[in-house]
Amino acid sequence: MNLLGKLDWSAIPFDQPIIMGAGAFMVLAIVGILSWVTLKGYVPYLWREWITSVDHKRIGVMYFLLALVMLLRGFSDAIMMRAQQAVAAGGAQGYLPPEHFDQVFSAHGTIMIFFVAMPFVIGLMNFVLPLQLGVRDVAFPTLNSVSFWLTASGVLLINISLVVGEFAKTGWIAYPPLSELQFSPGVGVDYYLWSLQISGVGTLLTGINFVTTILKLRAPGMGYMRMPVFCWTSLAANLLIVAAFPVLTATLGMLLLDRYLGFHFFTVDGQGNAMMYVNLFWVWGHPEVYILILPPFGIFSEVVATFSGKPLFGYRSMVAATMAICVLSFLVWLHHFFTMGASADVNGFFGVMTMIIAVPTGVKVFNWLFTMYGGRVRFEVPILWSIGFMVTFVIGGMSGVLMAVPPADFQLHNSLFLVAHFHNVIIGGVIFGVMAGYNYWFPKAFGFKLDERWGRASFWCWLIGFYVAFMPLYVLGLMGMTRRMQHYDNVAWQPWLVVAAIGTAIILVGIVCQIVQLVVSIRDRDRLRVTGDPWNGRTLEWSTASPPPAWNFAVLPQVAERDSFWVAKHRAGARQAQPEPARQYEPIEVPKNSPVGVVNAFFAVVIGFALIWHIWWMAGLGLIGTFLAILVFAFRDGDETEVPAEQVAEFDRLHEARVAI
Amino acid sequence: MTEARFDRAPGDQSIATKQQAASSGILVYSIGLLLAAILTAISFWVANTTLLWGPGVALGLAVLAIAQMGVHLVFFLHITTGPDNTNNVLALAFGVLIVLLVVAGSLVIMANLNGSMMPADMMDMQMHY
Repeated sequence: MNLLGKLDWSAIPFDQPIIMGAGAFMVLAIVGILSWVTLKGYVPYLWREWITSVDHKRIGVMYFLLALVMLLRGFSDAIMMRAQQAVAAGGAQGYLPPEHFDQVFSAHGTIMIFFVAMPFVIGLMNFVLPLQLGVRDVAFPTLNSVSFWLTASGVLLINISLVVGEFAKTGWIAYPPLSELQFSPGVGVDYYLWSLQISGVGTLLTGINFVTTILKLRAPGMGYMRMPVFCWTSLAANLLIVAAFPVLTATLGMLLLDRYLGFHFFTVDGQGNAMMYVNLFWVWGHPEVYILILPPFGIFSEVVATFSGKPLFGYRSMVAATMAICVLSFLVWLHHFFTMGASADVNGFFGVMTMIIAVPTGVKVFNWLFTMYGGRVRFEVPILWSIGFMVTFVIGGMSGVLMAVPPADFQLHNSLFLVAHFHNVIIGGVIFGVMAGYNYWFPKAFGFKLDERWGRASFWCWLIGFYVAFMPLYVLGLMGMTRRMQHYDNVAWQPWLVVAAIGTAIILVGIVCQIVQLVVSIRDRDRLRVTGDPWNGRTLEWSTASPPPAWNFAVLPQVAERDSFWVAKHRAGARQAQPEPARQYEPIEVPKNSPVGVVNAFFAVVIGFALIWHIWWMAGLGLIGTFLAILVFAFRDGDETEVPAEQVAEFDRLHEARVAI
Repeated sequence: MTEARFDRAPGDQSIATKQQAASSGILVYSIGLLLAAILTAISFWVANTTLLWGPGVALGLAVLAIAQMGVHLVFFLHITTGPDNTNNVLALAFGVLIVLLVVAGSLVIMANLNGSMMPADMMDMQMHY
């Protein structure tokens, strides 16, 4: 009986300089940050104000930060792949051995989808939703903290896999039978499975939390048809989370049973059927892409309306399109495996459904264009990202509709054409949207704008870099290059891959510009300081101070129409002579901070790590720890503290004085 | 827009209605329990009896199961047609729709894939070559 299960010193790849270098860099960075924080004495502050915080704004910021850090990790994987494929032509093998290259592309996909795109989007929803709805927090604030820290647990596990053991070599979809014990006996797939299971629970809880928030907590008078479009798209995305993520959890659970307890759900022998995994994975997987893209659609709607100075064109059609996508996204999943052997009838049905789902998206694009038409568009950074999105996303969408034709898909399946397509929609849609939202809402979160020059530089580098990096992949796909090749014989491909590598380098410059933008903005924060409403906004989040106080709104806003803040501003301008009646302040109850989220996440990491390495006693301890943490939380007395009315009034008075200056 | 007096979380009640509802609550649960027990008993009886036409039994069990679900939804989960229940009804409808799509879709897809597979005896023949 081995106390440490499968874990021993051979798990750490001392003979791999690239991995050890990256690992050493990561460890050094973590140790450096931790010791800096400790020496400066920030630990109590961080613990009190951030780590145990249940404030939706703080949690949103932490989600975003997590995603930014993981973007760097996922992007370094991308650079490694592009560099490898740029050199490994003809007989050359490049610098990455196959088993390492396989881990790199698997980690890139997994990280970019689950730990970059998802936390970006969830972070923005966290920060913005309650403010736009005109309420003080989400429905379940502590659950929100638990969700965030569970996501962070998944991130930690996937990063541990870099140094201790290995990551999956199966691609981010981990199809069996390759991902079964028979063909992947190592711990890589287990790292993949457990980090996704743990963070998946967090995502599901977030979904439940936000659906409840939108349905049950809205400012007095805010009916469904008065909600900002971002709230609508978030509602749709979270309904999809609630409906789709259990499918992923169950599917990965079945694969875990296969791997750990000798079940035969997806094995080659024992009547298993690997096709069922593919089917179920995409039952989750297709709604997932709409979970990612719908909230950015909402961001673009807010940004385009604000910077055009006009109400959004076709609000009702926007809502209808959003909800249509919400349902239709569950009717198209087979287009991910047209080539798997279904008959022409089945392929034809799902092909047609896929083409139909492009219609509501097209409606949205026209709505944004008509919103800008005739408006006085201010070309600030958020709208640049939005226009870049519209052009890029339409190209990506059209290549998608092309592949919705099953005979065309038989040619393009698993080629670089597909890779180019989904990067075209995910970078051009999700990442551009998130960056628009980041530049748009950053002043709300911190009270100062992001530097505009560096923001523009970053946008242009990303946009140009994207086209240089991914347009060659369309060509390569049509030339017959498949994805995930560690080396290739056809030297005719190499020039295109070199161009793609240059494009990646341009994107790298864009990312560097973003980091510089953040640093410069923090340095010059006094110059960039703004009041509550820096963009002449339309929705309720701009009616409160920047950064908003813990209670968001001193007095809950009364909503009587769409774009209520915009209307209120104009009404106030019309009757400037009369001062507003004095506000009646009441004490406000805000939820108490709680360490239950971070404690739970700690034990989740312990459980995950123990199960990956088959250290059964440790998994047991972790389970007991989780149980005890929840038990202690359940026996808490009082989960709210009261902010006295005087403090609220004082904050309001100071804020108004600052606005007046 | 739901009016404020209808816009309550499921289970939320004002104190006056709560006291009034206490007795009727027990009544509702009791009726539900009774109905559920009767439906369960009938299912067991149907499965074991020889009085009914054999092939009809499966269909009968399915009908009883659906009725059982209905009893649970109405008496225990309090799905009603009241205006304060729109969210619950819509959530239920969405859930049922998605489950139907996923289950029916998966069955059709997998049956279709199996139909395209090489028959088992031919596979055996190929292996013996």
